[in-house]
Amino acid sequence: MDYNKFIAQHIQELPKSGIRKFFDLVNLMDNVISLGVGEPDFATPWEIREAAIYSLEKGHTSYTSNLGLLSLRKEICRYLKDEDFNVEYNPVDECIITVGVSEALDLALRALINIGDEVIYHEPCYVSYNAEIKMAHGVPVKIETNIDNEFSLDAKQIAEKITPKTKAIILNFPCNPTGATLNNEQMTEISKLAVEHDLIVLTDEIYSELTYEERLPSIASYPGMRERTIFLHGFSKAYAMTGFRVGFACGPKELIDAMMKIHQYTMLCASITSQEAALEALRNSKKSMLMMKNEYMQRRNYFVKRFNEMGLRCYKPRGSFYLFVEVTSTKLSSLDFAEKLLEEERVAVVPGTAFGSCGEGFVRCCYAMSLEEIKVATDRIERFVKNMKD
Amino acid sequence: MRESILKLLQQNSRISNSEIAARLDVCEDEVKKCIDSLEEGGVIKGYTAVINDEALENSAVKAIIEVKVSPSRDGGFDPVAKKIAKFSQVSEVYLISGGYDLRLVVNGQTLNEVASFVARKLSTIDGVTSTRTHFLLKKYKQANMILHEDEDFERLKITP
Repeated sequence: MDYNKFIAQHIQELPKSGIRKFFDLVNLMDNVISLGVGEPDFATPWEIREAAIYSLEKGHTSYTSNLGLLSLRKEICRYLKDEDFNVEYNPVDECIITVGVSEALDLALRALINIGDEVIYHEPCYVSYNAEIKMAHGVPVKIETNIDNEFSLDAKQIAEKITPKTKAIILNFPCNPTGATLNNEQMTEISKLAVEHDLIVLTDEIYSELTYEERLPSIASYPGMRERTIFLHGFSKAYAMTGFRVGFACGPKELIDAMMKIHQYTMLCASITSQEAALEALRNSKKSMLMMKNEYMQRRNYFVKRFNEMGLRCYKPRGSFYLFVEVTSTKLSSLDFAEKLLEEERVAVVPGTAFGSCGEGFVRCCYAMSLEEIKVATDRIERFVKNMKD
Repeated sequence: MRESILKLLQQNSRISNSEIAARLDVCEDEVKKCIDSLEEGGVIKGYTAVINDEALENSAVKAIIEVKVSPSRDGGFDPVAKKIAKFSQVSEVYLISGGYDLRLVVNGQTLNEVASFVARKLSTIDGVTSTRTHFLLKKYKQANMILHEDEDFERLKITP
């Protein structure tokens, strides 16, 4: 049977995530140390898991309102105000709880995009952005960031891509996979540009808690930005809650309302167990979160030092739990480096090209692994690099 | 840096100075200097291993003993507590609030050995008015380490 005549054209044209192919390869091998994950190695802090169990014990197993539990929305809005995001939202109609940030981004894009609208995003980036824009029938317009300014983003780079069809810009800082952040000047200039061209900014701040140097307020707090920003965040990374699938979006009520329409017809609501666990995370788990963050920071320091010692250039990322390591000195392409390293030393890293073609020459290494594993992995990589260079 | 170093040593007292330096992004000399001063200043009193006795063939007997003491006019609880602390069988001594005064951890090869220590040495100290001995049956967590890990589950090796 020719299924292609049934499958929608734009889905047929969508490539599978570059990570997926590599994943299949890794899965065939034993004794692999994987630096290829994108989630914390810690289990969710016990007090949060316990709150989820208690929620089930109490029989809280129903739907919640489409927007999510009001108690959680209130706690989120308090958190955004108190914890240096510097932006205030009304929990009643300016906040929606979603199934992870991925869903929030999908809702935002589908709520905004008319067929052919352009959305600007920066590569290398999280694997979903390009595909999510296409699935919403938009046109993805990429900006290639580069190592020269540590994969950060200047307003000038955005300005070059703006056309009359541009509707929105996606920002993801701290960035997966590069760990890049924006400074105050960059955010100021980007804000001015967005206001000047009347654009919406989608800011995916899922890694905001995992910022190791000074953390700036959200771009939503810059002049003229609150009214044109959809702020996206969640619990997966900082609270080690990836499996709970809970995130949220905040923004002007008209935009949240539009997103809510799609959410209510497709997802209905996020799981109540996860929402109650998230409530506990915000209320009582800051200490656990900071403990994990501190551990990530120390692993990052160790990792960066080792890579630079073995002659693989690697700047120190300011946020996230990824290193974007340059491997060009081995004369191998990203994919060859990753495949050979896997074959010869049983260490899995993700080729930079999985995050956009400008990731060529780099591999992503995650440091959400125990330092013991990181040590063994870096020893193996060191041996591999030495062999390649000899 | 002091606090960070103490925390790391508490988690693993065998951690090398070079690993501490790499983790904290400081130079090794600084780490050495800091640890030396912590040792000299009496903040770090020693380094020890966390041992899961149950994994040993001849596991020793441990008891937690609650001791009531009538305090002395001059030194309060100190003279009795210090005297008790001198016994090699006693590994920990705490003055605590609540229903009794001192809480000890006492070790022995057998039940009898601990029992006879309590009867002959501990109860007979001047100022000790009563003791209650609780033998330790099973250890679940020690020095921040959970001794019986949950079983592993399949974690994805590559995720976006």
